[in-house]
Amino acid sequence: MKAKFTIVPLTANYAIAEAMRQISPDVVAAYPITPQSAIVERFAKFVANGIVDTEMVRVESEHSAMSACVGASMAGARAMTATCSAGLALMWEILGVASGLRCPIVMPVANRALSAPINIHCDHSDSMGARDLSWIQIYCENAQEAYENVFLALKLAEHSDVQLPVMVCEDGFITSHCVQNVRIYEDDAIKKFISERKPEFDLLDLKSPITVGAIELQDYYFETKRQQEEAMGKALKIYLDAGKELSKTTGNKYPYSESYRLEDADAVIVTMSSAAGTTKAVVDRLRGNGKKVGLLKLRLFRPFPYDAVRKALNAAETVGVLDRSFSFGAYAPLFSEIRNSMYPLAKKPRLQSYVFGLGGRDLLESHVEQAFKELLSGLTTKEEKYLGLR
Amino acid sequence: MKEKFPTKEQLLRKCGWLEIPKAGTITRAASALDNKTGSWRAFRPIIDEKKCINCGFCAAYCPDNAVPFKDGKRGKVNLDYCKGCLICMQVCPVKAIKMEEEAKFNK
Repeated sequence: MKAKFTIVPLTANYAIAEAMRQISPDVVAAYPITPQSAIVERFAKFVANGIVDTEMVRVESEHSAMSACVGASMAGARAMTATCSAGLALMWEILGVASGLRCPIVMPVANRALSAPINIHCDHSDSMGARDLSWIQIYCENAQEAYENVFLALKLAEHSDVQLPVMVCEDGFITSHCVQNVRIYEDDAIKKFISERKPEFDLLDLKSPITVGAIELQDYYFETKRQQEEAMGKALKIYLDAGKELSKTTGNKYPYSESYRLEDADAVIVTMSSAAGTTKAVVDRLRGNGKKVGLLKLRLFRPFPYDAVRKALNAAETVGVLDRSFSFGAYAPLFSEIRNSMYPLAKKPRLQSYVFGLGGRDLLESHVEQAFKELLSGLTTKEEKYLGLR
Repeated sequence: MKEKFPTKEQLLRKCGWLEIPKAGTITRAASALDNKTGSWRAFRPIIDEKKCINCGFCAAYCPDNAVPFKDGKRGKVNLDYCKGCLICMQVCPVKAIKMEEEAKFNK
């Protein structure tokens, strides 16, 4: 049965804090960093007012925030934190520990550019840099998605076949600080969906003591990492299963990607997060002018749904991929994966890479229109192109 | 996983990735006892019983708990686990411990 909801005007950060209130994790350890801070600020207020019984650990750095979450998670607790940019970078060492120790930690990330030059605005270079650390990554277009994906992430992370941490990524400021109407589902329905964490090992069971985090050299490290790869593979299916279950509560769908007016599209743009909203507006306008254009918005980036993406794009003539980060000296991260997805096709679409929006540079409708114009003309190049670059 | 990892049998061979617990977790307590690290030893501590004053320093400092100490008396060094680090020799206040090459005992 679908849950009752209240419509509340919230920023995505506050919507995420609401999700955390409803989850009421055992432990939240966090350090403030713009534009994430509002999540933890709002949540700290819930703790101070006794609305949640979470143990809030105010640490001195993000390295410690993730360390505290790992410790709590290993002890069987539900642990959460939130960060972005330099904070995520400072966590780096422990990000690998969290996934290596199979801690189902859920961490919202308000995507922000990396220094230098110092910049507090949105791009994806922070989380994209962490894409190979065995963290599941979900990208959100708006506050509603950010709110609901936190629950989806928790379900996915804690599944016995997964046991991996998840980043729920929203665009810093663009989404994190933009007030939107958000459907907040009733607490009981959410509580029922997230249920209780059932940890595989109990570090605090003194009658049956275990050792975690022991050294593994040439003898077992490879085997342990192979298990992690297996879990990532399984996460693909479990993501869909968890989504179907969450649908029963919310009525919304949680596919790997959203196809927007894609059926007969000659030119398709693939992108993630808030840029998808801008692209939808342009698709609608161009469709009104009889142009066959469409959008594929990717929601799940790790594990990467290669087969589903190939299926979604196999009829397209020309595909443009909009990345909000560089992979310096290589193809941009999303473009690279789209290109990988297309390889098995006998008749491959023409591909064009576009990088846009670094350091919070606005992606305007005119930029997207320009890209569609180029894609419709079939003029693609091997070179990376840029939208909104002077 | 029903049996605790690693079983004694598993310690004698290398297990595949499907067989081991997640994240390199060791689910059997004190499994290190099955790993006789005494075989690493290059030098063996030899205690002069006449000089020893049973102060317990060697037992307290031994990183492998290989020197037993009970009721004010030191016992024999457990050569299954003594790695021959010779910290005992360094801390002995009456210089009652000397070292001998392990090879001498394996002739």
